[in-house]
Amino acid sequence: MSAPTIETSTTTPATAGPREGAFGHAVALACRECGHRTELGPHYACPECFGPLEVAYEFPAVTREEIEAGPSNIWRYKALLPVPDDIEQSPNTEPGFTRLLPAKNLAAELGLDRLWVKDDSTNPTNSFKDRVVACALSAARELDAKVFACPSTGNLANAVAAAGARAGMKTVVFIPSNLEHAKQVNSAVYTDSLVAVDGNYDDVNKLASEIAGEEDGWAFVNVNVRPYYAEGSKTLGYEIAEQLGWRLPDQVVIPVASGSQLTKVDKAFQELITLGLVEDKPYRIYGAQAEGCSPVSAAYKAKVDAIRPVKPDTIAKSLAIGNPADGIYVLDICRRTGGAVEDVTDDQVREGILLLARTEGVFTETAGGTTVAVLRKLVETGQLDTSLETVVINTGMGLKTLDAVADRVGPAATIAPSYDAFTATGIA
Amino acid sequence: MSVSVRIPTILRTYTGGESEVSADGATLADVLDDLDASYSGIKGRILDEQGELRRFVNVYVGNDDVRFLDHLATPTPDGTQVSVIPAVAGG
Repeated sequence: MSAPTIETSTTTPATAGPREGAFGHAVALACRECGHRTELGPHYACPECFGPLEVAYEFPAVTREEIEAGPSNIWRYKALLPVPDDIEQSPNTEPGFTRLLPAKNLAAELGLDRLWVKDDSTNPTNSFKDRVVACALSAARELDAKVFACPSTGNLANAVAAAGARAGMKTVVFIPSNLEHAKQVNSAVYTDSLVAVDGNYDDVNKLASEIAGEEDGWAFVNVNVRPYYAEGSKTLGYEIAEQLGWRLPDQVVIPVASGSQLTKVDKAFQELITLGLVEDKPYRIYGAQAEGCSPVSAAYKAKVDAIRPVKPDTIAKSLAIGNPADGIYVLDICRRTGGAVEDVTDDQVREGILLLARTEGVFTETAGGTTVAVLRKLVETGQLDTSLETVVINTGMGLKTLDAVADRVGPAATIAPSYDAFTATGIA
Repeated sequence: MSVSVRIPTILRTYTGGESEVSADGATLADVLDDLDASYSGIKGRILDEQGELRRFVNVYVGNDDVRFLDHLATPTPDGTQVSVIPAVAGG
């Protein structure tokens, strides 16, 4: 059976369907706003109301044992993702099943009883983006895309460029031209088609949406195959539950850029409950933003439902999305679960990076610094229950944002190579 | 004021498949009215029942999101490009 050529249309169903089982147990794309269902294909906006489309499934029975017998990557959950059963046979970066660290030192520092760090900096390109990109790559293949592409704040560009190289696809990534140097290099090593755009992320995103609407055969991971891409973030929720011994945590703190990751962790928890893989229990989800780009936090605090877009101005560039596509759903989830959305200053972001590094030996980037700093603020303001088990998600690697802390750390002393010089420092 | 309007794929059923069309108007509201006169029903897909921009539609005058300008009252000088783009992207 021939696969359809990827279309730029957001409305027209593919003329020939994808191969049998191309999207696993997914059955349709459903609008989150009005519920309208669209055929599985390269569609991302509802033809009725422009609302976001989300993958809908008819799951088979899935057991813990079946999952535990799977590979040590996200494909152990392939029955719950929009990917074919033979996904492991196609070259991909095999991300996921990252460590869940007991964070006793950080817990003691903050006054928490039980704290875990879900450390996604150990993924193949050192951020959680490898998860979502792996699912997007599968969709791009099944839809016969010729070009694998994305607009990115950096980490996504790294992940797309690497996955595209591994898949042998032409890959084009678009980034704001002021992006951290390390993130530019970490993409450019994989592709000759890194495009730096003079503008902020929202400008880059607009350009990508325009290209996706005009060029045939392009799969923009977070534009026209976004429904499949976003599902990859569910694996963070699955892993947290499995690594806790098949139970849900009481509280989770998650960074918010577009808001997609937070909504998908909630979706994962709900799916695990529905499938009987974990016990149904209350949990609270908290969102973390940097003050210089905090449209969701601002709406939460103002007790309104509408997100007012902002022009980002923060060192947390991987969270610098001024017009977050899933922001309203973050508000819904945090309010429904009894969590909150909070924000911190850039100085607090830097302190968060150093706090995690010095208590747990984990070097996070600015997004993780934001999340840890928000965790501390939630504790200090009484918004988070210190007696409950808490998980904080570290989404990326500090080596990519060295500038954020470079002027705060360095040698404690520069000395002559002699014992006397060393003892004079007082370090011994 | 004659402007060009970029139409997203999702709305090209109204424009006979055209990705870019012309419209007249001194403000974005006027442009959308004129667009609707030529392509009946298209305005109702961009604006909600209260006459405001739908939550998941971004409209740009030039390169600027009108939510950072004067929303529907944003001026549309002669020769400007107006772009209508689904908002559910990115991240």
